[in-house]
Amino acid sequence: MESLAPYMRPERSFQAFILALQTFWAEQGCVILQPYDMEMGAGTFHPATTLRALGPKPWNAAYVQPSRRPKDGRYGENPNRMQHYYQFQVIMKPSPPNLQDLYLKSLAAIGIDSSLHDIRFVEDDWESPTLGAWGLGWECWCDGMEVSQFTYFQQVAGVECSPVAGELTYGLERLAMYVQGVDRVYDLNFNGRDGAERVTYGDVFLQAEQEYSRHNFEYADTAMLFEQFKMAEEACKKYLAAGWREGSNRKEHLMALPAYDQCIKASHVFNLLDARGVISVTERQSYILRVRELAKACGDAWIHTEAGSAGG
Amino acid sequence: MPDLLLELFSEEIPARMQAKAAEDLRRMVTDRLVAEGLVYEGAKAFATPRRLALTVHGIPVRQPDLKDERRGPRLDAPQAAIAGFLKATGLAALSEAKIQRDPKKGDFYIALIEKPGRATIDVLAEILPVIIRTFPWPKSMRWGARSAKSGSLSWVRPLHAITATFGLETEEPDVVNFSVDGIETGQTTYGHRFMAPAAIQVRRFEDYEAKLLNAKVVLDPERRKDTIVTDARQLAFAQGFELVEDPTLLDEIAGLVEWPVVLMGSFEMDFLSIPGEVIRATIRNNQKCFVVSDPKTGKLANKFILTANVETADGGKTIVGGNERVIRARLSDAKFFYDTDLKTRLEDRLPKFESIVFHEELGTQAERITRIERLAAEIAPLVGADVTKAKRAAKLAKADLLTEVVGEFPELQGLMGKYYAQAQGEDASVAAACEEHYKPQGPSDRVPNDPVSIAVALADKIDTLVGFWEIDKKPTGSKDPYALRRAALGVIRLILENGIRIHLSSPLIATHFDRIAHQVHLIQLANDRRMERDIGGHVERTGPPLPLGVGISSRQPDLLAFFADRLKVQLREQGARHDLVDAVFALEGQDDLLMIVRRVEALAAFLDTDDGKNLLAGTKRASNILAIEEKRDKRSFDGAPDPALYSLAEEKALAKAIDQVKTEAGVAVAKEDFAGAMSAMAKLRPAVDAFFDKVKVNDDDPKVRENRLKLLNQIRAATRAVADFSKIEG
Repeated sequence: MESLAPYMRPERSFQAFILALQTFWAEQGCVILQPYDMEMGAGTFHPATTLRALGPKPWNAAYVQPSRRPKDGRYGENPNRMQHYYQFQVIMKPSPPNLQDLYLKSLAAIGIDSSLHDIRFVEDDWESPTLGAWGLGWECWCDGMEVSQFTYFQQVAGVECSPVAGELTYGLERLAMYVQGVDRVYDLNFNGRDGAERVTYGDVFLQAEQEYSRHNFEYADTAMLFEQFKMAEEACKKYLAAGWREGSNRKEHLMALPAYDQCIKASHVFNLLDARGVISVTERQSYILRVRELAKACGDAWIHTEAGSAGG
Repeated sequence: MPDLLLELFSEEIPARMQAKAAEDLRRMVTDRLVAEGLVYEGAKAFATPRRLALTVHGIPVRQPDLKDERRGPRLDAPQAAIAGFLKATGLAALSEAKIQRDPKKGDFYIALIEKPGRATIDVLAEILPVIIRTFPWPKSMRWGARSAKSGSLSWVRPLHAITATFGLETEEPDVVNFSVDGIETGQTTYGHRFMAPAAIQVRRFEDYEAKLLNAKVVLDPERRKDTIVTDARQLAFAQGFELVEDPTLLDEIAGLVEWPVVLMGSFEMDFLSIPGEVIRATIRNNQKCFVVSDPKTGKLANKFILTANVETADGGKTIVGGNERVIRARLSDAKFFYDTDLKTRLEDRLPKFESIVFHEELGTQAERITRIERLAAEIAPLVGADVTKAKRAAKLAKADLLTEVVGEFPELQGLMGKYYAQAQGEDASVAAACEEHYKPQGPSDRVPNDPVSIAVALADKIDTLVGFWEIDKKPTGSKDPYALRRAALGVIRLILENGIRIHLSSPLIATHFDRIAHQVHLIQLANDRRMERDIGGHVERTGPPLPLGVGISSRQPDLLAFFADRLKVQLREQGARHDLVDAVFALEGQDDLLMIVRRVEALAAFLDTDDGKNLLAGTKRASNILAIEEKRDKRSFDGAPDPALYSLAEEKALAKAIDQVKTEAGVAVAKEDFAGAMSAMAKLRPAVDAFFDKVKVNDDDPKVRENRLKLLNQIRAATRAVADFSKIEG
């Protein structure tokens, strides 16, 4: 790290921080993907995790995923809550025996020295009702702050993981705030430059937080969203039904990915409707179930595709 | 004799599971050893976040040889039976069996089986992998490449190494050789994750524990707890404060560190304007830190105590700084929540309950609150509470569920309600009831004694019970998802400990059943209509709507029986004889819990006296004779005896005593003077004793016999004024 220009140091710049993580995981043999081009609530929804976690083929990937949580918007007034933030996601299948060590080394790569900090693995079982997924693992603490989620996937989209994948999720803003020593996310130095050249996280995202909070809570067109939910649900089912083929010796599916896109869509539309407060408590459960049914059907289709099965 | 050392080294085990896992490991291994005939001298198990360890000392080197005699078939048994016997016993031929003579049942074969004991280390190599594979973790997982195969090992988190050695103190121990899912046993473990991660070679428990300590791992959780609590007290004391002790938190923290390093941090004084419970919940639940108080005021100080897992070159400065930042952010959130909550009056939150479902068949929270309000108003006069206050308290009591602070810390429900009620100037009893109406939560929880709290607490619990009874969701076996047993026990304790008179079969409860049945019915109708709309067609509902009031009455006696059961459990736990409780419940119409308990107490006291014991014996004798004669004659001997047929003085005296006792006991019972009723009963004793002494019941004259049996029946009837003596044991 000594050879790095100051603005490329992970403790100085948000983007350098991301680059350092990418470099680290690239060195571990992960494919470095770019964000998925759809709105989603967490990096786990990316097909590179949800679908690729299933089936026997090895898969190691890392990527940044913008995550949208419409309900968490605070009009840019909360120091660390936002309706849009970045997750850094690592998935390794099968989970390597030294995954905890790799994780600790990745922290060192972004400037968190485990001889100076108190790093802890605290029980946190992960469950995603919408994805029909669960796993066991920890939240990783650094000096009392939760900085990552560490999960051994046991089931995803209703399918048993075989073999099990290890998943790491870093909350990038929160970690970067800690490393840069700022208390307000909008004060993060984005590009690591000083003076007139300095660009902050606020410069990039504050206006967006304000606008989207307004949208999510007050103006998002609920009639359209209800319609979109139904359309995505129907399209997902339609593509799933159309994708099945009788293969040479077993059933195959040829359209799991496009179908799953519609599941992602339905999930995000549901989150928006939820933020608008137009879904009652009882209905909420049934919407979650509907998305889960889609996810499960997509998982079942996926394990009948080339990438999701032992064949090919 | 040799010792066993076993260590299962894994990734971080959840703190809450460690103590039970250590105990399970000790129990499973020692149980198996004993079952294998290996009696050991002692065993102890330990857990840290990354390991379970077990030492069993003084195990014999070998199992004892087993000699077993197995009885076989008779000499003349069919061939198949003899072949089966040979196969089961492993004998090569019948000539190897002995013959046992038995003149009565016939001679039979006996197999003498001698099983030489095996070396303990071999037994261990067989039992330990089974124990590991069947270990009862509350939740376990698969991992790594092997998880692709079926039958792969499940463990709480990935298991990395197994140390298993067996040997004498004076010798180099042997490794107990086995492997589980590719993990071979050995003598290698690892020290502290950050401070001493290198491999360590261990021989036996003594050097194992010592080497771990050198490698910054305190194996014994009790020792870690001791360090934490001692250091925490000292740190607090040094600054003139006092540690707020918290044993549950201490247990958890001890399960999060292998090398406890206790440090103190502080937060801004401003935050002390938040209620202490909120500060503590924030710091405790989210950050696993202790809070400290000022011994002069008893209030919290602006300090917290954290337990790190590592010693650092800067003496923990960075760690404290990081924790302070997190706690500052958490307290900012808490303060924001609390300040926001104070801006809205509790009653203004209520409309939101209209869209929150309490239970799909029982309607919304708003409907439930309305019901509790009405019931509390009806109960209020019975418990000496002001009706207006009880209604007000019932209306507000649940409102804090919608506040930000309770949303964040559900365990503060009720308490926050009290604070917010106080802040908006509610009457002190109303504010107290917001907290206390949840009480008592369990058998050791405090029972409120403010009448307003009692009224709302009873209404809340009775509404829950009546509701779930009405929709037939009562507890079955070990399943009690709505905690109805706890609710019933709560009602019982509220009534008994406050001396409240409520008839559980009274119209008060019946009306509430009615109220709920009505609501359940309306909800059903609405659901049916919604279904029709969703399906889009015109679906005819089968049959007309249920007329109200039908099928309701049947639920109330059932609920009463549930209360009776709970009361029995409660009384039994307090040491009352269950047969006395049964004897009182066997009487008609027992629905006043307080009176039932008074009766049981009086009965117990009476049965401790000689009069009581003898009267019980006499009554039992009468009952036994009656039972026999009733069976013989196939008839009962109800009805009044004919005084004209009395021939002996003892008969007349008994008849007179019965009349007298009946009247006196009846009067005493009517006055609820159960001790008095028992004293009246005591007067029956000499007459009963004399009767059995002098009178032959089964007289030769059938008329006299019948009359005497009728008289005996009168004894039974008379004693029923206080209890059904036939249910009493002894």
